[in-house]
Amino acid sequence: MEQMIRESKKREALGRMKKESIRNLCLGIVGIAGLLLLWDMVARFGIIPKNLIVSPWEVVKTLAIKMSDTKPEGSLLLAHITSSLIVALSGYALALLIGIPLGLLMGWYKAIDRLIGPVFEVLRPVPPIAWIPFTIIFLGIGLEAKAVIIFLSAFIPCLINSYSGIKLTNQVYVNVAATCGASRWETFCRVGIPSAMPMVFAGMRISLGNAWSTLVAAEMLAANKGLGYMILMGRTYGRVDLIMSGMVMIGILGIIFNAVFDRVERFVLRWRVTR
Amino acid sequence: MEGCKRDKVEVNHLCKSFGDLEVLKDCSFRIKDGDFVCVVGPTGCGKTTFLNLLTCLTEPTSGEILLDGERADPRKHNIAFVFQEASAFPWLTVEQNLRFGLEIKKKPKEYIDEQVNRIMKLMGLEAYRDSFPGELSVSTEQKVVIGRAFAMSPDLLLMDEPYGQMDVKVRFYLEDEVIRLWKELGSTVVFITHNTEEAVYLAEKVLVLSQKPTGVKDTVEVNLPRPRDIYSEEFIAIRNRITDEIKWW
Repeated sequence: MEQMIRESKKREALGRMKKESIRNLCLGIVGIAGLLLLWDMVARFGIIPKNLIVSPWEVVKTLAIKMSDTKPEGSLLLAHITSSLIVALSGYALALLIGIPLGLLMGWYKAIDRLIGPVFEVLRPVPPIAWIPFTIIFLGIGLEAKAVIIFLSAFIPCLINSYSGIKLTNQVYVNVAATCGASRWETFCRVGIPSAMPMVFAGMRISLGNAWSTLVAAEMLAANKGLGYMILMGRTYGRVDLIMSGMVMIGILGIIFNAVFDRVERFVLRWRVTR
Repeated sequence: MEGCKRDKVEVNHLCKSFGDLEVLKDCSFRIKDGDFVCVVGPTGCGKTTFLNLLTCLTEPTSGEILLDGERADPRKHNIAFVFQEASAFPWLTVEQNLRFGLEIKKKPKEYIDEQVNRIMKLMGLEAYRDSFPGELSVSTEQKVVIGRAFAMSPDLLLMDEPYGQMDVKVRFYLEDEVIRLWKELGSTVVFITHNTEEAVYLAEKVLVLSQKPTGVKDTVEVNLPRPRDIYSEEFIAIRNRITDEIKWW
């Protein structure tokens, strides 16, 4: 009986969620359409001078041309996207690989927190772009240097959220593991980490945004490809359409990343259901 | 029969203080193997501290707790605890929750499979095998927690007001479930409650605790047949006796 009620409640909840997501999608489309309309009007009626803004349709045209034309900055759009993805994702992956385990360990083991916590607090307020001169000196201007800049912007939210997430572990769960005879390490792996996952994912999401938005700054490091480089070249050549095309492309890729991230999060945290 | 049973738990001169606050003072008692003991006492008398000491979650200030003649140690002994709060791991399915304690104890896979299937069947949880606790009703979630504790075939099962948050109907239902499991598996159970009716309904023996600093004020044997009739004269007489003993007003 309870199983049937549960199934029916589940179906109802799924129906509600479906309706809600269709409504949200419609609202999102309306919002974006409104923005495009506003942007088009601002460009069309010269509210902002034409040498400072182009219409959305001109951006679409430029993007289409850049699919097959390397002029003026020397690369196709796909090459810029690939280059940016490699830079952003390597920095982001490095931030996840170092930030999450370190945050979890700091949150669980007081000795590690006391050892690394003060160093982290000193480095935390330094903005990622302030590291650019140092990265050039130590790592040159290649992929490693750019990835490090991205890493620095993505690392901090990963670490802080993992740290806070594991600190918030419900003591009852820890006690259950302790009374079963679990060691501190076993409790960390089997209770601390899974219970911190919602916060870890929130940190990963913030980090992804940071990584993507630091891309332009990272590609200031004497790049010859990448969306950030395309924007900088647009400025050099006085091509507003190129600048805005780069910006729009960064935005579109950000949306795609977010959608993929949502799917992964929903799968990993599928246990987060409410009665 | 009672005389044949060996001592499972021996508590000798147990004391616990938090700074100047003396919570437990010279508690001594024995629990026989396979007993169902309820612990009652006035609100705030230190019942939970008492259980935390038994599970070694807290160190006593002095005194000792022996399990099968050895100092109690969750790594060595099979101790299971059912807490007041919902404690099914939300990220594990019902089956994974039941396996948890056995996996920590590094039991062989075949044994774990067999034991988990047995408990699922006993508790009617088969339909929820792959469900997460968040998808279950509060009473079913508590059944998972109780099942997880019994799945370990614990030397000692400690339950800290596990039905405190539930309505009367669910409480009666789960009380019967616990009795059924206890009879089936023969574990030794220590059940903390502030509800004297629940204590008399469940226990073979009721330990009555005094006000702080807490000690064992009385031990009441409940030799009533099961299932117990809560309206019978004998039942009411024992319940009233215990209620009188825990009165502090």
